[in-house]
Amino acid sequence: MLELLEGTARHNGLVTAFALVGLVMLISMKLSRHLTMGRVHGSAIAIVIGLGLAYWGGVQTGGTKGLADVSLFAGVGLMGGAMLRDFAIVATAFEVQVVEAKKAGMVGVAALLLGTFLPFIVGAGVAYAFGYRDAVSITTIGAGAVTYIVGPVTGAAIGATSDVMALSIAAGLIKAILVMVATPAAAKFLGLRTPRSAMVFGGLAGTVSGVSAGLAATDRRLVPYGALVATFHTGLGCLLGPSLLFFATRAIVG
Amino acid sequence: MIIYGTALLAICHLLGIFLGDLLGTLIGAKTNVGGVGIAMILLICARLWMHKKGWMPEQTEMGVAFWGAMYIPVVVAMAAQQNVLTALRGGPVALLAAVGSVVVCACVIALINRGEKVEGTALPPLEVPTPATVR
Repeated sequence: MLELLEGTARHNGLVTAFALVGLVMLISMKLSRHLTMGRVHGSAIAIVIGLGLAYWGGVQTGGTKGLADVSLFAGVGLMGGAMLRDFAIVATAFEVQVVEAKKAGMVGVAALLLGTFLPFIVGAGVAYAFGYRDAVSITTIGAGAVTYIVGPVTGAAIGATSDVMALSIAAGLIKAILVMVATPAAAKFLGLRTPRSAMVFGGLAGTVSGVSAGLAATDRRLVPYGALVATFHTGLGCLLGPSLLFFATRAIVG
Repeated sequence: MIIYGTALLAICHLLGIFLGDLLGTLIGAKTNVGGVGIAMILLICARLWMHKKGWMPEQTEMGVAFWGAMYIPVVVAMAAQQNVLTALRGGPVALLAAVGSVVVCACVIALINRGEKVEGTALPPLEVPTPATVR
């Protein structure tokens, strides 16, 4: 009986994922309303629960894809994978007010450049402080502080060792998780009220997953503006990391 | 028909990703450059154009709006498949690099956004989600 039920869930992975995420959302909304009196947005709680489930999945299976490695919940991998994520992000553009987006164009570009250079400098500085002296390792860890995709792409291009690559991925992942979790709490400090401010945020905070989840938990209507800018962030980082940033680092540390 | 909206979304998505890959190959970045952003711009343009032509009945809009509303659940599923374990095992270098860059960026964001005049452009306060805001 129980085996039969398990088989049903396993053979209908995506549908199981819909049911599971629906349940997580329901619990989060209830927790938000009753435990925090609505001060912490339900979406933020749901994302934290998701990260907790990912941790549990990692411990259970030793895999790299969190809950999606547990065969019963493999459908979560499809539901939260790049395909459906990007599909849903694009759909949010339907609510974009064109006038607002145009006004913030230049600010968005400036934010993107700052959002690539500043994290890189911080990441490279930390790597240097911890005793890394070769340009390849410093660049890779610095690039990881931009996003967890820019790190390994840069490292692979300039020939970094696998432990440095893992470090750069870890730095990017922690950054994405921090942005997801901390954004709703810091929304007031960051001045996240307008489409323009969301675009500044998207360019500077970078990681699409962090930005979109953080904004979703702050004010859903800001998501498309932040995502619109953040989507260029990874591409710009992958472009600058193995080229300009690597050469600059090599020129400095020799 | 609802599927017209979803199909429009799908076409914009595919075209955007394709152009992003093309752009990445052209400039030698070996990755997709702004594919999702291009797709979003295409969708915005398609909406404006079709609205003007009167080809955007409410049913068609719902085919897009549904996926826009599915966004948060999809993000929760995304969070559930992050490699949290590796991130936590990265140790102090990864942690400091991440915290440092987040703090620096947060201060710059706050600095830039403080300079913005808010009157008139701020979104009205979000209350309990009503059908209008969920769309």
